[in-house]
Amino acid sequence: MTATPAIEGWFTTDPDPALLGTRCTTCGTVFFPRADGFCRNPGCAGEDFEQVELSRRGTVWSYTDAQYQPPPPYVPRTEPYEPFALAAVELPEGLVVVGQVADGYGVVDLRVGGEVELVVETLYADESGDRSIWRWKPVTEMGEEADQ
Amino acid sequence: MSVAVAGVGMHPWGKWGRNFVEYGVHAARAALADSGIDWQDVDLVVGGETVRNGYGGYVAGATFAQALGWNGARVATSYAACATGAQALDTARARILAGLSEVALVVGADTTPKGFLAPNAGERWDDPDWLRFRLLGMTNPAYFAMYARRRMDLYGATAEDFARVKVKNARHGLANPHARYRKEVSVEDVLTSAVVSDPLHLLDICATSDGAAAVVLTSTEYAARHGLADPVRIDAISTVTPTFPNTVLDMPNLSTDASTAVAAPELTFKESIGQAAYEEAGIDPADVSLAEVYDLSTALELDWMEDLQLCKRGEAEALLRAGETTLGGRIPVNPSGGLACFGEAVPAQALAQVCEVTWQLRGQATGRQVEGARVGITANQGLFGHGSSVLLTR
Repeated sequence: MTATPAIEGWFTTDPDPALLGTRCTTCGTVFFPRADGFCRNPGCAGEDFEQVELSRRGTVWSYTDAQYQPPPPYVPRTEPYEPFALAAVELPEGLVVVGQVADGYGVVDLRVGGEVELVVETLYADESGDRSIWRWKPVTEMGEEADQ
Repeated sequence: MSVAVAGVGMHPWGKWGRNFVEYGVHAARAALADSGIDWQDVDLVVGGETVRNGYGGYVAGATFAQALGWNGARVATSYAACATGAQALDTARARILAGLSEVALVVGADTTPKGFLAPNAGERWDDPDWLRFRLLGMTNPAYFAMYARRRMDLYGATAEDFARVKVKNARHGLANPHARYRKEVSVEDVLTSAVVSDPLHLLDICATSDGAAAVVLTSTEYAARHGLADPVRIDAISTVTPTFPNTVLDMPNLSTDASTAVAAPELTFKESIGQAAYEEAGIDPADVSLAEVYDLSTALELDWMEDLQLCKRGEAEALLRAGETTLGGRIPVNPSGGLACFGEAVPAQALAQVCEVTWQLRGQATGRQVEGARVGITANQGLFGHGSSVLLTR
């Protein structure tokens, strides 16, 4: 069974997934999550937006993890709870987007300024099956792993 | 363009499990007694809204006015997340400076749940405060931890530095009768407490508390007429919003504005909060005697020192290590003990900061007095583009 996104219309699920934002056709500002109807640039009266895929790679602005299970509406994936890492990532479009870090990676694999890439993985499962979400996966250059 | 602080009062912070109105009335009566002004002479009541206590909390100003006994005063209620108290104060100040009111009572009180502050119940797919939990499991400490991690990776801060902030604030709060935690804490205590969100430990993060604070504001003319000699004055209240594009991650958002079309502003949002206060008051950061800043986490206190221009970017740890931010140092930060000793009572906290600075400037901060204090600044940041800074002088 294929996973369905935990939220509709925020990211693609291609082999090379990307976040879906919108661009104001008047001033060119990009928004994620998507903006529609009115532009939040105070100097722009734009009302028309086109959907854009955001860059799939960015640099880590900061990172942390969740050692304790977050309260609802967070849906835990495992019992007992397993901590996961979070990263805020600066994209070439000039915005920062937070995401969980890909399965198998933790804070030791991250540093401010490090490169990460967008992946889509399972966030939790409900009666409709697996629900997926965007995540940030550290980009490890050839040879770098051996240095660590 | 100043108003006089005629009286201040608080209900001690703690986990008392009682109704927020009881705390608020206690603080209000303490502030009125401190001012020597009769409740019947108050012509404006402004309440800080609490969102966790039903309808009475939404209309907090009226709730407090009724509890104190309807006296026909004008009423208002403010909500601005953590900046609620300062915004309530600003509402009172504006009416006083406009000549529409003379004596205002500003009250904030809260009863808070245990553990993580979670969003309100119900599914809300268009509310970032709900989505950040649902899609990311991003709690408040996770945001604090991201700011802390940047200090480590960019400026070489260490977990010991963050622990030193807690040690200092715990010592400051020892003699504060309104503080919830009055106990020495060691660096080791902090470092051996559980990691909540790396790199922050449990003792790096403030608790949530019950508490209440109240301030009686008057026009300077009223103060003079009623024999209030040389009162503490409020010279500025900054409640500025961010400037687009706000490219620094803010709670509870999952993302920031983008600088694709418009370059990021010269000052970050938090820097602009302090700058607006200095400009409004015509006061130089070098003239500040003490600061009460929002240490939701230990590391955030270090961020605030730089945001308020008390030192250059990346230099807060050096000041802390040299003892300059402790009592007796060049610029004591959080002489009250800060949130580390209080825990956060959201609508009361910004008012509690003003109470502490008032006591400091009057020389009444027994056991934690900053000698010769003349100028005090407060700062906090709330959710959704709220934040505040209050500058007081004497």
